[in-house]
Amino acid sequence: MIESNSGIRKADVINRRMFIIGAAKVVVFVGIVARLFSLQINENKKYLTLSDKNRIREWKLPPTRGNIVDYFGNVIAGNLKVYQLHIIPEQVENFNYLLIRLKNLLNLTEKKIAKINKLKAELKPWDSIIVSENLSWSQFVKINNYLYDLVGIKPVMTISRNYPFNEVYTHVLGYVSQPNEQEILENETIQERFVPGMKIGKLGLEKRLENHLIGKNAIQRYEVNAYGKRINQLEHQKGEQGLKIRLTVDTEIQKACGEYLNEKAGSISVMDIYTGDIIAMYSSPSYNPNLFLFGISQDEWQLIRNNPLKPLINKTLSGLYSPGSTIKPIVALSALENKVIDTKFKVKCTGKMELYGQTFHCWKEKGHGWVSLKNAMKQSCDTYFYEVARLLGVDRLNITAEKFGLGKKVLGDYFDIEKKGLFPNTVWKKNNLGKGWVLGETLITGIGQGYTQTTPLQLCMMTAQIANGGYAIKPKIIVDSNPISYEDAKQSMESGLLFDTDTEELLDKKLFKNQKNIKIVQEAMFASTNERFGTSYKSRIDDPKYQFAGKTGTAQVKRISKRERELDLELEQIPYKDRDHALYVAYGPYVNPRYALSIIVEHGGSGSKAAAPIAKNYLN
Amino acid sequence: MFQHDRLNNEITLFQKIKNLDYILLVSVILLSIISVFVMYSTDGGEILFHTKNHFVKIAVFFPLMIFVAFFNIKFWHNFSYIIYFIVILLLIYVSFFGIKSSGSQRWMDLYLFVLQPSELMKIAIIMCLAKYFHRLKIENVNSFTSITIVLSIIIIPIIFVISQPDLGTSILIALSGLIILWLGGMKIKYFIYSFLTFLISLPFIISFLKPYQKLRILTFLDPDRDPLGAGYQIIQSKIAIGSGGLNGKGFLKGTQSYLDFLPEKHTDFIFTLFSEEFGFIGSVCLLILYSIIIFRIVRIGAISRSNFARLFCFGYAFAIFIYIVVNLSMVLGLLPIVGSPLPIMSYGGSSMLATMIGFGIVLSAKINHKQMIA
Repeated sequence: MIESNSGIRKADVINRRMFIIGAAKVVVFVGIVARLFSLQINENKKYLTLSDKNRIREWKLPPTRGNIVDYFGNVIAGNLKVYQLHIIPEQVENFNYLLIRLKNLLNLTEKKIAKINKLKAELKPWDSIIVSENLSWSQFVKINNYLYDLVGIKPVMTISRNYPFNEVYTHVLGYVSQPNEQEILENETIQERFVPGMKIGKLGLEKRLENHLIGKNAIQRYEVNAYGKRINQLEHQKGEQGLKIRLTVDTEIQKACGEYLNEKAGSISVMDIYTGDIIAMYSSPSYNPNLFLFGISQDEWQLIRNNPLKPLINKTLSGLYSPGSTIKPIVALSALENKVIDTKFKVKCTGKMELYGQTFHCWKEKGHGWVSLKNAMKQSCDTYFYEVARLLGVDRLNITAEKFGLGKKVLGDYFDIEKKGLFPNTVWKKNNLGKGWVLGETLITGIGQGYTQTTPLQLCMMTAQIANGGYAIKPKIIVDSNPISYEDAKQSMESGLLFDTDTEELLDKKLFKNQKNIKIVQEAMFASTNERFGTSYKSRIDDPKYQFAGKTGTAQVKRISKRERELDLELEQIPYKDRDHALYVAYGPYVNPRYALSIIVEHGGSGSKAAAPIAKNYLN
Repeated sequence: MFQHDRLNNEITLFQKIKNLDYILLVSVILLSIISVFVMYSTDGGEILFHTKNHFVKIAVFFPLMIFVAFFNIKFWHNFSYIIYFIVILLLIYVSFFGIKSSGSQRWMDLYLFVLQPSELMKIAIIMCLAKYFHRLKIENVNSFTSITIVLSIIIIPIIFVISQPDLGTSILIALSGLIILWLGGMKIKYFIYSFLTFLISLPFIISFLKPYQKLRILTFLDPDRDPLGAGYQIIQSKIAIGSGGLNGKGFLKGTQSYLDFLPEKHTDFIFTLFSEEFGFIGSVCLLILYSIIIFRIVRIGAISRSNFARLFCFGYAFAIFIYIVVNLSMVLGLLPIVGSPLPIMSYGGSSMLATMIGFGIVLSAKINHKQMIA
């Protein structure tokens, strides 16, 4: 009975204590439900977002670059379909076998095979390896024929930059290529849209207009698993091609420039004298920008880099030359404007001029005799211009020269390689060289030698501004949103109502005090080409419709020694690098002029022999 | 006396079947069905390895449960100590010859399946202590001898399990043992004192923990300190549960598990997947189902005549409760991560075997609830 009593008492204890536990259980379960509620109901949104972040990944595809077209809409930088070959390692059954097959089919080098193996080790098995970026059509067909045997291979069609005119526009457009880290970090737009394999502008307008041309990425959203493998595609967001850019250039003329220069080192620029549109801008020799698209080979690169004619230098914009006699129209104009001389003013040329014991030679040893402005310009008499410069002084000459665009960048900040050149004056020399100006320097400045340095484009613009009657123009290479026709430009220029197309402000564009002076210089330039004894008389065009005015120039590369002067060597007898640069500036047609041009042939000898005939061909 | 007859003679098979607790049975069957479907979902909506094996285990262990139930509760009472000693022997065997896997040695190979004896200890310790307190006079409960003995019964297996090492299971074994001490009538102040001692010595205990265990505690306190390493499991688990919302993402549509963001989704984190796919409503339903099971077990204990059956049922109900609470608190980020399966739902043979045997003994207590044990 005690046993049983004890048992019952024990049961009571157990039941009582069970009750306490039961109550505790309820509390704990309620706690767990509360926690579930807080996670699943209160914070549901937060966790739903996190879960989507986990599972959804975006892949950006390379954006399609905008086209660049010439004035007439011909594509000069476009996009081309290219065929690529990718390997997806996880689908490959036998990697080594596949590589051997590909090696035979595509003639891959050992180096390339090693690179593929290295990539395979670095990438995730489902990331594709690009075997070839640019398969030829026949290779592409070949691969497709053997596809049954090449498991894990993916022929891909994609888009790549293409320059249909090859080397014609290289110095205007630049080229695109794979960016380096620095370039990605510098440009936020590139940083945002960068995808491996994407190419960016490296030079020229391709670089300057990168943010307009780049285009928007197409985006593909995929559901991925915890290891980053794509499970299925959720969405495809279409990309946007970059902006189309229309240039002022004319491909026919640009192409012709290349043909005229014919691999000689030099530059041709052509400009509309009213609108400032650059019609052509060719620096020779050029190189093929398409070579850079898929990585240029070392051999090809060395060939370009080591070419003595320096194809990598944009001679039009960053080549600095002494203007030589092409400066004479400005010297004459400055003297006329400052009333130092008039048309009747004459100088006797004896072939040289003595000043403080120094001898300054005219190019014609025997001398020109008594010459007036027109004759001096026509025959490019140096003595006349020594005397005019002496009377004028370098500072007054400098004012006129800078008004006409020398010593300033022509295209502003479109090309970061553009140089601003130099037109000296006394202050400049004092500040930069720390020495006082010497009168002798004024004389040689007057014939375009000495400190003066100009780019071919500056000379072109200078000529254009003489040709249009002495009005300032704003050169441009990209067609504005509302382009102005040359007739309108001409009219508003001559009526003094010229508006800046950007700010719409009325501009005072007159570069002259008396327009008659411009006319005198124009006539002198006309005579130089179209009258007997003119330096470019041989290059004249007889048809009055196409007659043009111009001025030759010969820029000395080094000082001519007395001995050399006596020898009077033929061009072929002088070492190439010591030969003079040949220059020519011209505008035409003489009646109702429309275009101005400047030509430079490096080490081409005299302007009349090397540069002027090109202008003749060109203006024909 | 009719009643006397029935008590002393064996009950017929028909009566046994009739006396089974059908609410408990139905709940267990329901839970088993749910678990198979969830396992099917962890396999990505295909009948693969885990689904098949889980189903086979249920198909084998459910009849085993009925089989256990058909033994008289007296039989289980008589064999309690022996079973306890057999499991201790298995633990010793495992600590010498067990299979090693990911740094711990917990398993023995039985050809048909791999047994984890520490899971069986969860049941054996309840049986052993229930029998001890059943036989102990209430006056002696708080005597020094009895306290020494019961503490030894608890500590011996824990030493083996903790050295495997398996902190999670040792904690569950300890809690299962302690609850019997509580129910058996041990003085409340003892519990309070030892709890206070535990709290005071906590920093000391932590210094003895293995580095990975310390890391788990740190991670629990701040999961974001290493989101891709130690904190990964708990962060992903919370994301999965939280993103489930009210109704869940739908069966087979749990992206977190389908896309492999969830670690250990078959075993310890099975609730995460369930909760992601079935949401708050599903989770609460599952909790209700578990509550029904616990409640039925408590009820069976309450109607039992013998204190052995009563202690076992109450103890086992609490153990099930504790398994659920530890597992859910872990996946909900309320407790540090300790390996502990969710009864029936989690993939794992030994856990399922132990749970089913436990249910079997409870059903045996139900069938023989009028049985007195001397």
